Amino acid sequence: MSLTAKDKETVKAFWAKVAPKAEDIGQDALSRMLVVYPQTKTYFAHWKDLSPGSAPVKKHGATVMGGVADAVAKIDDLTSGLLNLSELHAFTLRVDPANFKILAHNILVVFAIRLPNDFTPEVHVAVDKFLAAVARALSEKYR
Amino acid sequence: MVKWTEEERCIIRGVWEKVDIDEVGAQLWARALIVYPWIERYFGTFGDTFTTTAILNNPKLAALGKIVLAALDTAVKNMDNVKGAYASLSRVHYEKIKVDPEHFRLLAECITISIACKLKAELSPQVLSTWQKFLSAVVEAMSSQYK
Repeated sequence: MSLTAKDKETVKAFWAKVAPKAEDIGQDALSRMLVVYPQTKTYFAHWKDLSPGSAPVKKHGATVMGGVADAVAKIDDLTSGLLNLSELHAFTLRVDPANFKILAHNILVVFAIRLPNDFTPEVHVAVDKFLAAVARALSEKYR
Repeated sequence: MVKWTEEERCIIRGVWEKVDIDEVGAQLWARALIVYPWIERYFGTFGDTFTTTAILNNPKLAALGKIVLAALDTAVKNMDNVKGAYASLSRVHYEKIKVDPEHFRLLAECITISIACKLKAELSPQVLSTWQKFLSAVVEAMSSQYK
């Protein structure tokens, strides 16, 4: 399921529309994840406030989307491009890779909510493949 | 509530009575940590858990393995209400220890593989299927208080 040239073009074009709202989308996706998948809260014991739209959630949502933006720029070689992030997640954060899929799903949901006309099935499949590829690259250093 | 046929109960008990808790328990966490190194996040107070040798010889890990299998014994004895039997255990893992429930799934896989090493061909597809149905119920019960 690797990214075709068409997938990459689709992702880049869609990202141009996402970029201006990226922080907001990130905050929304993260907020939803913490509510709908309460087990993900186990990774954020150090946050005072885990409620939707709280300060730490906002900040982290922006951080996550910054990472996704970086991945879009490095879409032609995600494995090497995301090496540092992979090491961070594997050795320091130690987030179970199963959670990448959970967060990706919430990001897709928010894309659909915020950009309903642009998030067509064709865009959906390319972005889903892209986020899966990002997850794979992030998992690279785990073992 | 999970429904068990008489045959399934027999199979589950049959598998479980062949498991030596001390033997399998001692190596359980070693296997889990070596196969899924990121779960090391929970073992900051367990001493050296960073090399394969250290992991295989860590006494705290061995002790914890036996504790986990003793809890599994409770599940075998309370098959008709694992959820009830595990409610407070689930709560502790969620609220205090903060375990990602995905790791219940990973540990369950390690348990099955450890048992496969012991039972070998006795763990036929049908027996495996029933055993895994049981472990899924256990994992679900462990995840039940994550709300």
